[in-house]
Amino acid sequence: MNIKTTTDKTLWADHLHRIHAHRDKAAFAALFDHFAPRVKGFLINSGASPDQAEDCAQDVMVSVWHKAHLFDPTRASAATWIFTIARNRRIDLLRKERRPEPDDLGWGPQAEPEQADVIALAQESAQLTQAISALPEAQRRLLEQAYFNDLTHSEIAAQTGLPLGTIKSRIRLALDRLRRAMK
Amino acid sequence: MTHQPDITHHLPQDMLMGFACGTLPEAVNLIVAAHVSICDSCRAETEGFDAIGGSLIETSAQPQAMAADSLDQTLAKIAGPAPAMAPRRSDPVLPQPLLDYIGGGLDDIRWRPIGMGVKQAVLKTSAAATARLFYIPAGTAMPSHGHNGLEMTMVLQGAFQDEGDYFARGDVEIANADVHHTPVADIHQDCICLAVTDAPLRLQGLLPRLAQRFLGI
Repeated sequence: MNIKTTTDKTLWADHLHRIHAHRDKAAFAALFDHFAPRVKGFLINSGASPDQAEDCAQDVMVSVWHKAHLFDPTRASAATWIFTIARNRRIDLLRKERRPEPDDLGWGPQAEPEQADVIALAQESAQLTQAISALPEAQRRLLEQAYFNDLTHSEIAAQTGLPLGTIKSRIRLALDRLRRAMK
Repeated sequence: MTHQPDITHHLPQDMLMGFACGTLPEAVNLIVAAHVSICDSCRAETEGFDAIGGSLIETSAQPQAMAADSLDQTLAKIAGPAPAMAPRRSDPVLPQPLLDYIGGGLDDIRWRPIGMGVKQAVLKTSAAATARLFYIPAGTAMPSHGHNGLEMTMVLQGAFQDEGDYFARGDVEIANADVHHTPVADIHQDCICLAVTDAPLRLQGLLPRLAQRFLGI
């Protein structure tokens, strides 16, 4: 593992740390450029209008700023953490529902995370991303529909015309593959 | 919040994935959040499903250009007053998400007696599924209650026995519509449970049903 790769993989986690520790606006701008358009795309995919998605993506990034101290780089990648914020906002925006969240232990502020743990998590995240890219198209597509389109398995069945059992078994296959790849 | 190392009845994988995808009804999210709060293995699994979402947002989200002045607008929002973080409190019985939904602790639950010393309190969620707290005196059998769909029951305090299976704090019993069961609270302590049914509550009589429609319970 060369140093450059490691730095790349913890890049966004480092940005979040700079936002938390130094209220670093340049780090925030870089994070914004990378993630805000992705969050906006995610929200439009889920059925938000472009205006709603723009506004909501901004709100997600505002939360990122205010909650940066809660980000724990030993438990999640920056992308994962931002995904959870975006998902919760989507529920609020499109369903007008509250999102119950578990006790904070997982995301709780840590005094000073072990750098080795941060790097290990970053490597695992990169490995997972690679494993997802390597999934057969049909399996990856189902994961995207489940995560992006706000569709339950039954709704995917209705939309694709595939039997519910096929969808469930494809998702199970995809998850089995990911588990094997992460071993 | 104390962790339960000995939880034996967990949540199924597709429910944990649905929690990460954000596709579950609010009341089902509530029982998942409550269980995950005290179950480390289900928490780890949920975080794994979150990580899939994180990878997908990196690789599969089709980025949509933000408005030209979007960053400036966002920085202006940040310059405003920071949102007040809800005060966190800790409770030996109620996990954080339930404290949030009750709006307080055990003493703030608005119990309604439903017979045999059993009390229930409906928590306000969207109508797609119903979340209720039950208080069952030690040694008492649950009154028979109809549920059309799936019923998930998580023990918060005490324990109950059902069809030879024993459910203690943190455990979740999952029963289908066709399961006829009579949970009996353990003799040692009054039992408090969170029960979620994925069909709206079935109340007897016309008036309650109308009320159900208008009140959204």
